[in-house]
Amino acid sequence: MSVFIIRRLLQSVVVIWVMSLLVFGGVYLIGDPIDMLINPEADQEDIDAAIRALGLDKPIHEQYWFFLVNALRGDLGKSFIFSEPALQLILARMPATMELAFSALFLAIFFGIPLGMWAGLKPESIAGRSIMTGSILGFSLPSFWVGIMFIMLFAVMLGVLPSGGRGETTEFLGLQVSFLSWKGLTYIILPAINLALFKLSLVIRLSRAGTREVVHQDYIKFARAKGLSEKRVILVHVLKNIMIPVVTILGLEFGSVIAFAVVTETVFAWPGMGKLIIESIDQLDRPVIVAYLMIIVFMFIIINLAVDILYSFLDPRVRLQDVKE
Amino acid sequence: MTATLSENVTETAAAPAESSPFGRFVADFCESKVAVAGFCGVVVILFIAILAPWISPTNPYDLATVDIMDSRLSPGKQMLAGVTAYLGTDGMGRDMVSSMFYGLRISLGVGVMSGFVALCIGACVGLAAAYFGGRVDMLIMRVVDLQLSFPAILIALVLLATLGKGVDKIIIALIVVQWAYFARTVRATALVERRKEYIEAAACLALSHRRIVFRHLLPNCLPPLIVVGTVQIAHAISLEATLSFLGIGLPVTEPSLGLLISNGFEYMLSGKYWISIYPGIALLFTIVSINLVGDRLRDVLNPRLQR
Repeated sequence: MSVFIIRRLLQSVVVIWVMSLLVFGGVYLIGDPIDMLINPEADQEDIDAAIRALGLDKPIHEQYWFFLVNALRGDLGKSFIFSEPALQLILARMPATMELAFSALFLAIFFGIPLGMWAGLKPESIAGRSIMTGSILGFSLPSFWVGIMFIMLFAVMLGVLPSGGRGETTEFLGLQVSFLSWKGLTYIILPAINLALFKLSLVIRLSRAGTREVVHQDYIKFARAKGLSEKRVILVHVLKNIMIPVVTILGLEFGSVIAFAVVTETVFAWPGMGKLIIESIDQLDRPVIVAYLMIIVFMFIIINLAVDILYSFLDPRVRLQDVKE
Repeated sequence: MTATLSENVTETAAAPAESSPFGRFVADFCESKVAVAGFCGVVVILFIAILAPWISPTNPYDLATVDIMDSRLSPGKQMLAGVTAYLGTDGMGRDMVSSMFYGLRISLGVGVMSGFVALCIGACVGLAAAYFGGRVDMLIMRVVDLQLSFPAILIALVLLATLGKGVDKIIIALIVVQWAYFARTVRATALVERRKEYIEAAACLALSHRRIVFRHLLPNCLPPLIVVGTVQIAHAISLEATLSFLGIGLPVTEPSLGLLISNGFEYMLSGKYWISIYPGIALLFTIVSINLVGDRLRDVLNPRLQR
């Protein structure tokens, strides 16, 4: 077990290192680093000073070393626009994004599993078919478009929900959150549903496929033969067995929820990391872009690592196979 | 449309289609009426995209004919040039129908082009991994797994943030995002196929690696590749629209459907719904049609589901 964890940890370090090379390559080599890291409004003297300060007159491997050491210290540069350290700027917006992402995941699980099981148990019924058609739509509709439709319907035509922003927040465990006040809920509900739709479709598909496979297994037939109530068969025997893939995949997908929050946050003007990165790209605020990319890569690797290790606890075959390799 | 639809269905049902593999494939495909409708949709879209310059009522990018006085006309009003704007005009006075036809051309062009190049790259890489195995395989699959563990939109975001805007850049970004899906699909199929006897037989004949891979292995890996290719084109179109909507995709000089929607977004809150809604419907129609066809192809070409 510990061999497995150490191997995975080493792999993650390698991946982070590769990503740092890529981001460094992207920002410092493809583009002009002077454009990217120095405020375009600076004069020549400042530019020369900054080039020396950033070490851009040094050979490339030394520059990379400089970047790496600074990044490890948590220094990813200062934002041109806010003149604050980029890292702080992003961390300050992170709770808003996290709240949105967790709300979306919650919605996806809470509605996705029952709907998927229903569709799996009665695949030929009208309800089952409509659920599957709905999930195809959920997959194929671009989420920004669905978001626009939500705003159109609920904010413009019906006027019942706000069209964007976060509204007031209440404090909860030291964080500012929206979901505890009624007012805050009206602000978060549309973005959360919007972000959830894709994952909801995924959960529906997974639980439907799982259910269809599981109901034909011998242990289900046996449970029925034993005379267990249909409710118990479905809620205990079927549900338990479809939960493992659903939970694993959702764990892995959490990172992609955060990435997709970029779109939802832009549509609904939700003040999170995603909106910040789009604004930064617009305003060429390069340090923030680099910091965002490094943070999100780091987050992804942590999530993947956690899921891998958890999974190896649940399913010994995974770690055995890896050690043998 | 319903007439051709039922005609198709009865025709294929009646014909002794079981004779040739292609006939059987067509008959299988047409069993689902929804898929046939999707296929008709794809044909219509292709028709519009290819013929856009000839069938559009006006040329929306010819500055000589676009008049700012026509701006934000509601659907059905007549423009100054005497053309009726059936779906209204946008903020610049461009006819929405024409803008959408041209936008569809760009969206579809970007999607198909990037999908095709990604398919070629992915297929070659995947075949190499499966055929040569060992270290080559391990190295390639590590890269593929690594890339697939990041969501497409994030990778596209990284690339466009460093590369900048432009049609060529978005095509590059979409290729980079997609090739790994193809590589993984082809490798999985090719791994199964290469253990079969005909590959062994070909190797015994001392045929060159290239000939075995491209003439023997590749044709047998095509069915899943076609399915993934169809779905990926829809995915690429959707991703391009999203990126353009975010303002980091295509430049304003080449507006795809996503950019048209984005342009209309600001007018929506003031009740001028048509500038944003109609391109949106066109985008949905495109994506849903392609997905329906892809979904059906998956069922038809899947050997596990064959009766």
